[in-house]
Amino acid sequence: MRTLAYLFIGIIFGITMFKSEAASWFRIYEMFKFESFHMYGIIGSTVIIGIILVQLIKRVPIKSFYGETIQLPPKAKSFSRYMIGGILFGLGWALAGACPGPMFTLVGVGYVPIIVVIIASIFGTFLYGLMKDRLPH
Amino acid sequence: MDWIYEPWPWYVSGPMIALVMFLLLMVGKNFGMSSNLRTLCTICGAGKKSDFFRFDWKAQRWNLIVVLGAIIGGFIGSHFMTTDAAVAINPDTVATLNELGFSSAGKAYLPTELFDMNALTDIKSILLLTVGGILVGFGTRYAGGCTSGHAISGLSNLQLPSLIAVVGFFIGGLVMIHLIFPLLF
Repeated sequence: MRTLAYLFIGIIFGITMFKSEAASWFRIYEMFKFESFHMYGIIGSTVIIGIILVQLIKRVPIKSFYGETIQLPPKAKSFSRYMIGGILFGLGWALAGACPGPMFTLVGVGYVPIIVVIIASIFGTFLYGLMKDRLPH
Repeated sequence: MDWIYEPWPWYVSGPMIALVMFLLLMVGKNFGMSSNLRTLCTICGAGKKSDFFRFDWKAQRWNLIVVLGAIIGGFIGSHFMTTDAAVAINPDTVATLNELGFSSAGKAYLPTELFDMNALTDIKSILLLTVGGILVGFGTRYAGGCTSGHAISGLSNLQLPSLIAVVGFFIGGLVMIHLIFPLLF
């Protein structure tokens, strides 16, 4: 049952990534050119609704569908890892035009070369694992 | 019923992404797609090379199922819910991209120059996709999350680290498009 729930949520996510055009390289380029409100509208409205929902979960004791307490783990405090890691991610996001969600959606659409991006990003994650202890965090 | 084939405006797309995040919280999970890249490393045996990949990947199986759903969703969205996938970006953006050599701007969902089957035999395209992918994978793990984990889950939970990461995403993106693209294309 739970597996079906994850699959269902993933399908909604995939359809949304495609239909919103957030999975389009062109939309990412246009966003960084500040030539459309589209992507800012998507991220902005998601975050505003997200803040309201998360505050609701924290203030009203909402339990998960399975009756468990909802976990909202805080992120560890640091500056350098978020800033340096963030900049590297942003460079790749703008070049490949896809982040770790949409890149999988695009496989379903049928774009074969996106598999190059996926394999490279798995390799990039592997490189981070190798160098982790020598990087400032 | 023709509206179903149209692209979704931002005020439909944003609430739908928030719904995805909320549903994941309600089934006891957190929205974050880049963790899957680490899980895939572990499945491929990366634990032999680094402690970072020694963890029980089966605990992350739920997220791989979300990925499978995201692939199926892409198939459904493009094959059954779309007649014309061309992305109507700003005509000024189209003009700039045409000058850079992207003739498919405004006419396709992804630039054919990078994502067409022919791109697989073009050294430059493969190189760009590879470098882009490596930066995404390395950067996201270094930053501890991507667009979903930081920009959506993290900002929704008012996390300062996520705001720093999102500022970083934008610095990186702006540098790539405005400073590096003119050198590449």
